[in-house]
Amino acid sequence: MKRATSTKSLIANRSFLIGATITLIIGVMAGLSFAWTPYSVSTLDIVAKLKPPSISHWLGTDHFGRDILSMIMIGSRASIFVAFVSVAIGAGIGIPLGLWAAARGGLVDEMLMRFNDLIFAFPALLSAVMITAIFGPGAINAIIAIGIFNIPVFARVARGAALALWVREFVLAARAIGKGEGRITIDHILPNMANILIIQGTIQFSLGILAEAGLSYVGLGAQPPMPSWGRMLFEAQTMIGLAPHMALFPGLAIVVTVLGLNLLGDGLRDLLDPKLRYMR
Amino acid sequence: MNIWKVFLFGTAIALLPSATSFAAKTDLVLGIVLEPPHLDPTAGAAAAIDEIVYANIFEGLTRIGPKGDVLPALAESWTKSDDGKVYTFKLHKDVKFHDGTTFDAGDVKFSLDRARNEKSTNAQKGLFAAIDTVESVDPLTVKVTLRQPSGDFLYNMAWGDAVIVAPESADTNKDKPVGTGPFKLENWAKGSQIVIAKNPDYWGSPAQLNKATFRIIPDPAAATAALLAGDVQAFPVFPSYETIAQFQADPRFKVVIGTTEGETVMGMNNKKPPFDNVKVRQAIAHAIDRKTVIDGAMFGFGTPIGSFFPPHHPAYLDLTAETAYDSALAKKLLTEAGYPEGFKTTLKLPPPTYARRGGEIIAAQLRDIGIEAEIIPVEWAQWLDQVFKNKNYDMTIVSHTEPNDLNIFARDDYYFNYDSPPFKAMIKEIEAISDGPERTELYRQAQKLLAADEPAVFLFQLPKTGVWDAKIEGLWENGPIQANDLTAVKWTD
Repeated sequence: MKRATSTKSLIANRSFLIGATITLIIGVMAGLSFAWTPYSVSTLDIVAKLKPPSISHWLGTDHFGRDILSMIMIGSRASIFVAFVSVAIGAGIGIPLGLWAAARGGLVDEMLMRFNDLIFAFPALLSAVMITAIFGPGAINAIIAIGIFNIPVFARVARGAALALWVREFVLAARAIGKGEGRITIDHILPNMANILIIQGTIQFSLGILAEAGLSYVGLGAQPPMPSWGRMLFEAQTMIGLAPHMALFPGLAIVVTVLGLNLLGDGLRDLLDPKLRYMR
Repeated sequence: MNIWKVFLFGTAIALLPSATSFAAKTDLVLGIVLEPPHLDPTAGAAAAIDEIVYANIFEGLTRIGPKGDVLPALAESWTKSDDGKVYTFKLHKDVKFHDGTTFDAGDVKFSLDRARNEKSTNAQKGLFAAIDTVESVDPLTVKVTLRQPSGDFLYNMAWGDAVIVAPESADTNKDKPVGTGPFKLENWAKGSQIVIAKNPDYWGSPAQLNKATFRIIPDPAAATAALLAGDVQAFPVFPSYETIAQFQADPRFKVVIGTTEGETVMGMNNKKPPFDNVKVRQAIAHAIDRKTVIDGAMFGFGTPIGSFFPPHHPAYLDLTAETAYDSALAKKLLTEAGYPEGFKTTLKLPPPTYARRGGEIIAAQLRDIGIEAEIIPVEWAQWLDQVFKNKNYDMTIVSHTEPNDLNIFARDDYYFNYDSPPFKAMIKEIEAISDGPERTELYRQAQKLLAADEPAVFLFQLPKTGVWDAKIEGLWENGPIQANDLTAVKWTD
C-alpha cells in the first residue's frame, strides 16, 4: 500500500484546508498565550465588569472585569492540554490492547474486548464525578476521566482494523518467512492502519475538547483562577440577560475549535483512506 | 407547561362557579435555595429548617418579630422577679397542637427540659444554659428559675431551637412536624417541594393564605427563570444578585433589600501556622478590599463590617477603618511576621455565590501581597465535615446567619480555633446583664477586641434580597432571625 498524498490533493480538499487552518489558529493562539495576552487575567478589575465588546476589550469583559479575549486565549491551553493528554492516554493504552487482542484472538481477545465494553458502557461524566470525589476536582482528574473513556474507543478501532489486515496476503507471507506476532504487528499491521488511527485521534481530540468543557462547566475541570472555556460558560449563565457576550464568545470558541477538528478529521479521512480515494 | 400550572389551572376552573371572580388568591409558591435535612428545629442547626417551620408550624413562649423585637407567642404575658432570676409565664388558653392534643404548662416543661437534657440533640444548647428549673404551677402558668440573671433569656426563648413541642410527637417531628402554629405540614416531596396548609383550629389570628408551597431551587439561573415564568411568586432570599436590577426595573415585581443577621467572614484556622500569628491575620485583613468584594461578588449588595456585629444593632461600632484596605501596610505586617515573600495556603469555599465568587476575588487580592491561596470548592456536607467539625482547613468563607452570635468566638470547640481569655471573660459578663448602657459598652469593647485580634477577616453583612410579585403583602423586609413567617402574608387583589 502506498501512502503518496500529493500537496496538490491536500489543497484541493476543502475540509482539510479549513479544518487545518482553524486548528492551526487555535494552536497558535494557545502558544501565544504563554508569551502574551492583551490583558492579565490574574488581576481583577471589578470597576470594568461586564463591559460589552469595544476597541479596548475586543470581546468585552466578564463579571470580574477580566478581558474575555485573554481568558479565551489562556482557556484554550486547558482545552488543548486536556484533550491532547487524554487522547495520548487512550491511544497509548487502547491501541496496544486492540493490537494484542487481534493478534492473539481467542480467550485473550474475548476478555480484553468485554473489559472494553465495560469501560465503554460507563459514562465518562460519571467516572469523572467518581474520580473527583476521591481526588478532588482539577484538570489532571479531568484528563484521567476522559483518557479512560478514550481507551476502549482506540482499542476497538485498532482491533477491527488489525483483524482485517491479519488475513491479508502480505501478512501471510510474513508469517511464512517465520516472523512472530509482535514483529508482524509492528512491521506490517501498525503502519497499514496508521491513517485510521490518525483520523480517530483527531475525532477523539475534538470530543476531548467538548468533554473538558462539559466537566469544567459542572465544576470538575480546571479550577479558578485558571480560566477554562466550560467554566466561563457556567459563570455566564446567570448573566445572560446582562452581558450576553460573556456566554457567546467562549461558546463560539468551543464550537469553532470542535468544528475545525472535525473538518480536519474528515479531510484526513478523505485523503488517507485508500478506499475512498479510489472511489473518486 | 408544568404539572403545577396544570394543577393550578384545574383548581381555578373547579373553583370558578363557587368563588366570586374578584376573590384574592389564597395560595403562594415561594422559592428557597436549600432543602432542610428534616423539619425539627429542636434537633438541627440548619437555617433551612427554621426557614420553613419558624412561626408557621412551631411556636415558642416568645417570638422574634419582623423588626427583631421580642414578642409574646404562646406565653400571653410574663413577669420577672426583682433579682432577675425567676420568670413566670402566663400561657394562652385553648391552644391545640396539630394532632389535636392540648397545649399546657406540661408541654413547656417537657420541651425546655428536653432541650437542656444531657442527651439532647439541640443544636443551640447554650440558649438554655441559664435555666436552673422549670415548674408547671398550673396548666396555664410556668415558672422558670435561672441560675443567674440573663439579659438574653426572653430573646433566647424566641429562637426556633426553643419552640414548644408535645411529648406525644416530639420524636417524630423530623418527618411529621406537629406544632401549634397557624400552618401545618401537608406534604413534603423530597428534593422538590414542601407544602404547608392553613391550620383551621389556630388559637391566634388565622393565616390569610390557605396554602403555601416552598419550592426548592438551588440554582441561581433557575431561580431567575422560575420567577419570570411565574412558577414561583416569591423568593424571600433571592440568590442571583446579578439579576436583581432586572427585577427592579420590572413593575410586576417588588424588590426589597433588607438586613440579615448574616455576618460574612473569612475564617482562619487560628491554631495553625502561620495563622497563629496575629500579624499574619492582620496583614490578610489589610490586603482585602471589602468594597471590591461586595461589588464583584454581590453586585454591590451588602454592608462592609469591621467586626462581628450587625450594622443595624444599636450597639454596633463601625470598625471597618481599623482594617482598611492598605496593600503596603499588609506587606509590611507580613514582613514583620517573618513572611516577606508571602506563603502558600488554601481557601475552602462552600457553594453559595458570596463564597465562591468572593473567594476568587480575595485570592486575587492576596496574590498582590505574595500569598498564594489555592481555591478548593467544597459542597456543604464536605464543608461541615472538614471545616466545621474537624477544623481541617486554612481559610474559608461563610456567612454566620444566627442572631446574637458574637459568643461563637468564645467557644472552645468552634472552627476558628480562636482562644482568647479576655474575649471569653467579656462574653461571660455580657451574658449576665440585661440590655442597657453597660451592656452596649461591653458589646463595643468586644467588637474592638475582635477587630484588633482579627481571628477572622470580617467582610460584609449579608443582605436579605427579597424579590416577589408586586401584589403580595406581608413578607418580611429584614431577616432578624432565620424565618419565612407567612402568618400575615396575603395577595392584594
